[in-house]
Amino acid sequence: MVLKVFFPSCCSSADSGILIGRWLSEQSSAVVLAVVHFPFIPVQVKQYLGEVQHLTKVSLSVLGSWSNSKQEKEEGLSEFLEDLGTIFSHEPWIQISKEGDSKFWSCSTLQKHSSSPKEEEVILVYYDQRKVMLSHLHPPLDTGDGRAEDASKLSAIFDTVARSRVLFMTDRYDEGPIKLTHWQSEGVEASIIVELLKQTSVPACMLLTFLLSLVSGICRSRVLKFWPLSFLWSKLSTCEQLGHRLQHLQVISSNKKAQTQTQLMRKANIFVSLLIDVALGILLMSWLYRKNRIGHLADTLIPVADHVAEELQDLLQWLMGAPAGLKMNRALDQVLGRFFLYHIHLWISYIHLMSPFIEMILWYVGLSACLGLTVALCILSDIIALLTFHIYCFYVYGARLYCLKIYGLSSLWRLFRGKKWNVLRQRVDSCSYDLDQLRLLVVIVQGLIHLLVDLIDSLPLYSLILRLCRSYRLAAGVKFRVLEQQDGKPLRLLMQINPLSYGAVVQTYRLPTYSCYPKDSWASLCKKLFLGELIYPWKHKGEKQD
Amino acid sequence: MAEEQRFRSACGAPIALRRRQHSASCRELAVRGPRLQLRSLSAATSAVWLAAYGLFALSENSVVLSAAIFISLIGLIIYLHFVKIDQESLLVIGSLGIQVTSSYASGKESTTFIEMGQVKDVVINEAIHMQKVIYYLCILLQDPEDPQGVSEVVPLFQSSKPRLDCLIEVYKSCQEILEQRKTAPQSSGIK
Repeated sequence: MVLKVFFPSCCSSADSGILIGRWLSEQSSAVVLAVVHFPFIPVQVKQYLGEVQHLTKVSLSVLGSWSNSKQEKEEGLSEFLEDLGTIFSHEPWIQISKEGDSKFWSCSTLQKHSSSPKEEEVILVYYDQRKVMLSHLHPPLDTGDGRAEDASKLSAIFDTVARSRVLFMTDRYDEGPIKLTHWQSEGVEASIIVELLKQTSVPACMLLTFLLSLVSGICRSRVLKFWPLSFLWSKLSTCEQLGHRLQHLQVISSNKKAQTQTQLMRKANIFVSLLIDVALGILLMSWLYRKNRIGHLADTLIPVADHVAEELQDLLQWLMGAPAGLKMNRALDQVLGRFFLYHIHLWISYIHLMSPFIEMILWYVGLSACLGLTVALCILSDIIALLTFHIYCFYVYGARLYCLKIYGLSSLWRLFRGKKWNVLRQRVDSCSYDLDQLRLLVVIVQGLIHLLVDLIDSLPLYSLILRLCRSYRLAAGVKFRVLEQQDGKPLRLLMQINPLSYGAVVQTYRLPTYSCYPKDSWASLCKKLFLGELIYPWKHKGEKQD
Repeated sequence: MAEEQRFRSACGAPIALRRRQHSASCRELAVRGPRLQLRSLSAATSAVWLAAYGLFALSENSVVLSAAIFISLIGLIIYLHFVKIDQESLLVIGSLGIQVTSSYASGKESTTFIEMGQVKDVVINEAIHMQKVIYYLCILLQDPEDPQGVSEVVPLFQSSKPRLDCLIEVYKSCQEILEQRKTAPQSSGIK
């Protein structure tokens, strides 16, 4: 089998030494992690490797020798390097040598127990150690049960580099017997801001947890559990959104460190999403509270409600007569028409009763926009729902009657085709009042608002920003580029990280939401409208479990 | 060593196949489609602008003209970046895997790498497309559960659609490398 050597690009200019890394025998690949320079004592090297292996649980060993001769080839060096092969017995012993500044290295293997002494082909693959260490490979196939022996070869390589973080912590300023070259050997990278954040995050999390436990204790108290109140809380989307955000805060402020990649990304996504939400909400608030916009809004609300009521009354009067020349069932028309007119009269009276308090209510409710843009949108949606409640009642009555009529027609159709069924003699003619149009508009607006809130809730902003700025962290796979070749020298390839596509990022990392209008049910929404089945705009799906 | 041969695609357009052998177990096969013609580009742009000018003459609204310019620019950018594929190439590295690259006219490259362990075989398949029967090259992926089964079929050269003679050349080159993995000593038994 062809021998593949994965060589880190940062070690291309390192001094001569020996190569340490991991040997994957089933793929015949050697993953080089670092170069140990002369002088060293073999016993100390083996001891160091044993310590690192104990910490990282990755089986490291000395793979071969590396010689970088800046002047002409030294004769004694090659024999010395072969002798090293006998001290660190590794099968096969890889010897890589680079002359001067040449791009083309020569690579040979020494097999002591080889059955067939033929020359094996060698492929040299260069990889960027830092990027491969930080990257997370997303498997294209959904292997639910992750069998280790079927795990792809590339994920074994990514895994090896990622788990050897401890090896990269020693740099050249450390006083130790071993001198290494790897990507961090010029100096370990650290950031003061990150360290400060880590120190302050623990007490901040504890404080947040304490506050959240207080708030959730109040919410769960018996006072709020009485029947009318609990029914109201479950129907208003504002309360549901607030509960959702509370849950998110609890996830972030928990003290346990995230175990897997998905948990870490989820926490980061929630955090970034909350930050941006609150920032946008405060921006909205600062715009809303200037120039007395709340007052203008309150002033226009009542006339708009009056106008809608007048239009509805005109419409009903028209329908109670002979609309468009159609002759209708006069008695039923009168009954339904008067019933709906009384509804409208009641509703308008309530609105007028509330009119002096509208501005104050709006002012205080607008303050809650500082909790987030999504909360402000939910409040808007609830206000629309409350103001158009009477239209919803009409819709319910009309839809039920229409539904009965459709059933009747369908049973007549069955009779026509020769099947015997219970014939429902339909007494109700056209009840398809044009309220459906207004109702449709309201439903569409509410649906759009809910869709927007869902989108903001479920969009993994941190993952998208990471994909934009540090695309190597989210890897869909790798890509190889063939570098210049020379006859007689091993094949040279450059391994680069192939980032995940934006669609796949959203799909993998989207946050679960309570959605009552999922994207694929716009068609079922239209179908329900046509057939007369009732639409419940406040019905939520049960909580999604992960 | 590189060699280039001319062939025709399934629709009759001229395409070029370029083969490069990088080493004994590494080959690159690239199929280059016809480039974007200046006359079709200018024909499309003139048609859009004539239509916009006609609308402007009817409606006396200059927004129509700026909208037409905007649309044609955006349309051209979208076409070059997402639709027009200049070159499709196949890089076969024995014992590592097969890499499929599509290069778009704007320079964007989209790459997929399939590991050798997942590749079952590379075959030429027939398909009925509208009123024609066309041949296409595809990679069969191994089903992890069933050693005889195929889990997925990855079609290659979908935008340039070479004819059978070109496909046979590509097929022969690929099979030479794939055969090497069967003759290699089986070291997968060592854990």
